[in-house]
Amino acid sequence: MNRVYPVGVVLAVLMFAAAPYLVMAAPDMQVQGATPGVLLSYKIFFYHVPSAMVMFLAAFICGIASAIYLFRARPGADHIAAAAAELVVLFGLIVLVTGPLWARKAWGVWWQWDARLTSTLLMWMIFVAYLLVRRFGGPGAEKLSAAMAVFGTANVPFVYVSVNIWRTLHPATSVVPTLDPGMRPAFWFCVVSFMLLFGLLLALRTRLEQRRAHVEQLYLLADED
Amino acid sequence: MFLRVAWLVVRKDLTVEVRSREILYTTVFFAVACVLVFAFALVKEGRPLEDAAAGIMWISVAFAGTLALGRTFERERHAETLRALMLAPASRPAIYVGKLLGIVLLLLIVEAILVPLIGLLFNAPIGSRPLSLMGLLVTGTIGFSAVGTLFAAMLVRARSRDVMLPILLYPITIPVIIAGVRGTAALFEPVPADDLAQMWMALLAFFDIVFVTLALWTFEPLMTE
Repeated sequence: MNRVYPVGVVLAVLMFAAAPYLVMAAPDMQVQGATPGVLLSYKIFFYHVPSAMVMFLAAFICGIASAIYLFRARPGADHIAAAAAELVVLFGLIVLVTGPLWARKAWGVWWQWDARLTSTLLMWMIFVAYLLVRRFGGPGAEKLSAAMAVFGTANVPFVYVSVNIWRTLHPATSVVPTLDPGMRPAFWFCVVSFMLLFGLLLALRTRLEQRRAHVEQLYLLADED
Repeated sequence: MFLRVAWLVVRKDLTVEVRSREILYTTVFFAVACVLVFAFALVKEGRPLEDAAAGIMWISVAFAGTLALGRTFERERHAETLRALMLAPASRPAIYVGKLLGIVLLLLIVEAILVPLIGLLFNAPIGSRPLSLMGLLVTGTIGFSAVGTLFAAMLVRARSRDVMLPILLYPITIPVIIAGVRGTAALFEPVPADDLAQMWMALLAFFDIVFVTLALWTFEPLMTE
């Protein structure tokens, strides 16, 4: 394991260094009568979409790990859940910043209350709440945050459906680009880079959490004497 | 046996509450104060904004409900009765159902006072579809209280519990608020949109089923050390 990390880090750094070249080489989006600013701005999508994929994957992992921790009381599951929650917040922040930056250029507005944006924002807030409970909840906060993750993950489909129905009553236009074959190499390269980064960060953070929990246990044992 | 335990818990809460009526009076007054604050915020030139009545009603119920949940479990914590309940040879889900019914009852009484007030202050047609309105209120209150009771119970021993409850509760109950407000707004239209209101009520009922089930599953592992 210890030898995998440096190799993985070097590989991730190289991939992220190469990514901008691939992204700039990708063909421009074909939109009738659009200004050059709009055509160029879409390229943020190469970072925006993989971040979103990683965010949802991390949320899924956190939800499953939290359920295992609640019902089977395995401490290892709690460590994974804590690490995954932090990564949801991190990659969610990237999604929620790059999204409006792109939206402002492409749609003219920073934000729209459609189903996807609203449920993403809500999921991000749920995992921020997870971290807040973990930090400020006092002893036994691991279980409280695990419950939050389980309920939050179960909740996202409801939010999506209800906002969807809400929005169809007030329709809004949006531009969703179809994937030009020329864009695919850059896109999948970015997906792989982000997944690699996510895997590394998750593994490292989980290990850190395990160490922290171990040290805490040792402190408690030392206090008893 | 299950229902008997739940009924005993409800009866205990009712007996304590009837003696002092503290939570009832303070919650009702807080809800009315909320309605006033929002009315001043959302009324322009003497006329409320569209759908303001429905929104104000559900926001006031949500805020008053959070307060009531906090107060109810604070009372339990103060008298150490929660520990006694946990020690009793009763199934934990039954205790949860008992607490849930108590909170739902309290919130329904608050709503019974709030709805005529809203009708009065905003000229809202509360009498046009009374059964549908009651259906929305009951399903929405059960959904909000189901999640709220679980979170309030699990936060009883946590630090910063007063601020943690809204932080955890509001993101999870957003579908309830969306469905409640949109359904009530549909009923308050000059020509009430019955099928729309029924659809929102169905969503609320589904939410109730899913989250009460989830709460019954997780109550036991959450309340044990």
